[in-house]
Amino acid sequence: MKKPVVVGLALLLAACGTPASNKKDKDPVPNDFRMSPQAGTPPLNFAPTSLAPERVLLRGGTVMPASGPALENGWVLMEEGRILEVGSGAKEAPEGFTVVDTTGKFVTPGVIDTHSHLGVYPSPWAEAHSDGNEIVGPTTPDVRAEHGLWPQDPGFERALAGGVTTQQVIPGSANLIGGRGITIKSHPAISSRAMQFPGAPYGLKMACGENPKRVYGSKGGPGTRMGNMAVWRAKWAKAVEYKKKIEDYEKEFIRWDRGTRDATKEPTPPGRDIGLETMVAVLNDEILVHVHCYRADEMLQVLQLADEFGFRVRSFHHAVEAYKIRDVLAEWNVSVSTWADWWGFKMEAHDAVVENAALVSDAGGRAIIHSDSPIGIQRLNQEAAKVYFAALEGGLELTEEEVLRWITLNPAWALGVHEQTGSLEAGKMADVVVWSAHPFSVYARAEMVFVDGVREFDQAAPSRWSDFEVYQLPGQEVGQ
Amino acid sequence: MNHRLLRSAVVLATACFALPALADGQGIVLKGGTVHTGTGTKIDNGVVVLGTDGKILSVGTTVPTGAYKVVDCTGKVVTAGFVDYATQLGVVEVSLEKSTRDGDGGGDDVRAAFRVSDGFNPNSAVIPIQRTGGITSAVVAPSGGFVKGQSAWIDLHGPGAFARVAKAPVAMHVGLGQGTMGSRGATVLALRELYDDVAFYAKNRKKFDVGQSRKLAASRLDLEALSLTVGGTVPVVFHVDRASDIRTALQLAKELNLRPIIHGGAEAWMVKGELAAGKVPVVLDSMANLPQSFDALGTREDNAAVLAAAGVPVVLSVFDTHNARNVRQMAGNAVRGGMDWNAALAAVTTNPAAAAGMADYGTLEKGKIANVVVWSGDPFELSTHVDAMYIGSVEVSLANRQSALFKKYRKLPRRGAPAKYDEIDTDMPE
Repeated sequence: MKKPVVVGLALLLAACGTPASNKKDKDPVPNDFRMSPQAGTPPLNFAPTSLAPERVLLRGGTVMPASGPALENGWVLMEEGRILEVGSGAKEAPEGFTVVDTTGKFVTPGVIDTHSHLGVYPSPWAEAHSDGNEIVGPTTPDVRAEHGLWPQDPGFERALAGGVTTQQVIPGSANLIGGRGITIKSHPAISSRAMQFPGAPYGLKMACGENPKRVYGSKGGPGTRMGNMAVWRAKWAKAVEYKKKIEDYEKEFIRWDRGTRDATKEPTPPGRDIGLETMVAVLNDEILVHVHCYRADEMLQVLQLADEFGFRVRSFHHAVEAYKIRDVLAEWNVSVSTWADWWGFKMEAHDAVVENAALVSDAGGRAIIHSDSPIGIQRLNQEAAKVYFAALEGGLELTEEEVLRWITLNPAWALGVHEQTGSLEAGKMADVVVWSAHPFSVYARAEMVFVDGVREFDQAAPSRWSDFEVYQLPGQEVGQ
Repeated sequence: MNHRLLRSAVVLATACFALPALADGQGIVLKGGTVHTGTGTKIDNGVVVLGTDGKILSVGTTVPTGAYKVVDCTGKVVTAGFVDYATQLGVVEVSLEKSTRDGDGGGDDVRAAFRVSDGFNPNSAVIPIQRTGGITSAVVAPSGGFVKGQSAWIDLHGPGAFARVAKAPVAMHVGLGQGTMGSRGATVLALRELYDDVAFYAKNRKKFDVGQSRKLAASRLDLEALSLTVGGTVPVVFHVDRASDIRTALQLAKELNLRPIIHGGAEAWMVKGELAAGKVPVVLDSMANLPQSFDALGTREDNAAVLAAAGVPVVLSVFDTHNARNVRQMAGNAVRGGMDWNAALAAVTTNPAAAAGMADYGTLEKGKIANVVVWSGDPFELSTHVDAMYIGSVEVSLANRQSALFKKYRKLPRRGAPAKYDEIDTDMPE
């Protein structure tokens, strides 16, 4: 299997919309048929927010970089949205830097969630805002979460206050192929595109098991797990076919371009198919696959499906039985996005164990604690801690550093942004949280959250960015 | 309203079940721990004595003489067992599998005579999992409908079973708010009509029995069940979030002579004065801080803290049967949100017991039911685990289906294959 492509380096705080594929000059094939993740991205600046990254030295306390052991009396220096340096011991602030005293506090990378429905199932619950599942057919690779995402969801600012700096918003699990997920950063913005993580690959949400068959059982199917797999195989076969059509066309076009360039013989491109384009991008390792899947046997079937059609699974989500096949998942380098302890709400969530993520870690796999919840996303540190302490009690050997990675560097990897964020290392995005206490304590609070070096949350002066919460109740006048 | 009074008042309606006797006939001394009695007292190096009658013999600093099993609790924390007031333990196994659900009275909007205890399964595998969170008792509540039915109090240990019903009914559950009967006004009207018929039926029972009565808003058994709530013998749990609905519930309770409990209470902090004046318990979720519905626009994370400081009896619940074990995390988050630590402890022990009329539960005091948890540290901290648990003086196992699966898969015997059958630990109910 090929190594997945991590798309480009993030353009610092830049507008989205810069096509990742700039091959047009040297490559004659019309750009539309380069199935890059950004294909079809409008070349406009959709980032109306002007960000003001601070020049800050966080000094004192415990720095937990996630990429290595904790540093006592540590410090983090950041400028222009990037981490300049991380260290420990005495440190003078360079000129022009604000010093934030973090003595007695804990500093970690920003928390990252691979599984959020903020914006597509926003608060408050309203039928009119239920935009996360396109329940018109079991496969809808043509839809994108970004088009259902309501940026005014108050959940975004609450997630930020819980230390979340990056999250993937994905469609729900009604459909076998639910559409594209979008990775966003915790900046207040007026559009989903403006929140988009610069240069991050898109995700493709797939779902197996009970949900698709329950939703479509009375709507023409699939009505069984057999049907789920049959529909998937048929669709992936189409994607492979479409990929070949595109490649044939590209070859023909190049031949024609280098040859006669006879206008009457210019090859005709295949008609565009928006959904299949997304799937072809998956086959080309440009979009990362996230599969909602609970049971061990079904995860193995999905890996078989992926193998048959030539794509990779980047992360299994929920995956409550991952512990049963942790050796396989580790070997195949498939990450596991799971909860600490959700279980029991349906048959496929019956065999949960709290140590699931820990067992995956123990086997050398990539464990992730995800939320799937507007409440859970605010406390991913607590959720990781529950698993950690249960695992220690169960006799597993784990380090705090590894557990911190479950909510930072590992989800960053699952989203294909681990080279830009997920740990406190020089050159990375300045996504940093200052905690009031050890982040694995129930009493810990994120006091400050920097996103790209911008202090988006400060407990001393919490901002309310959602328009929805403006003057809903007596006493909520603007400015209060 | 205490336990005994209830029993004599409504013999027919209320069943109180005797504690099972101790098998080995030996009391237990928990010695050396930090004891939080739940009455505001903290005893360092404390001694709690659990009697053979399933009750607490003494709480103090003296080790009694005699034949006791002595357990060293040095460095540990000892509290009364935790309670989750809003569960469906024993009436739901797998939420989405209808065949495993018995918590819904079904059919009519009014199911006042429906008792969850009738369908209670003391051997539900969901139950022992909750013990790992220090839960020794829970209220099992009905779901669905407008008048949902009657809840029960269970202990998470029973003779030859994972649990037993200790008292039923505990409360009558009623849904107010917009969705229940189509509109708020319609819901209130329906409730007034019901209670009007409760009174009418009481006066005209004989005529009703010979078919000389007007048509009533609910069945005979429903009206009889509701009659137990008039005067407050059985409290009424109103499922409401919006401040105006809470006020409506309080007003209805006054008008109809009911003893109210608020369940949900997202905006209860806005009504703290009235709630405190009436000492009305509020069962709430301390992690809720989002306006997740239009009924909960005023949700805030210090709801519990504000209410407790105002003198409202706060009860914390996870509102998730399968994870009632997380009630301690709920308490920790309440403290994180500004609640006093002792108030949070009361909110998961004393207050739910008092709200359920279980005066023998919820504190470590002489004569109380010996439901006791020994913790490795601060019960609310994530790093803490339950060291030992006693229910009615019996040490109960902390093993459960999940710990058994963990054990079974602790080592993977074959690559990606299920573990061998002979490695399975079977934990039978005590």
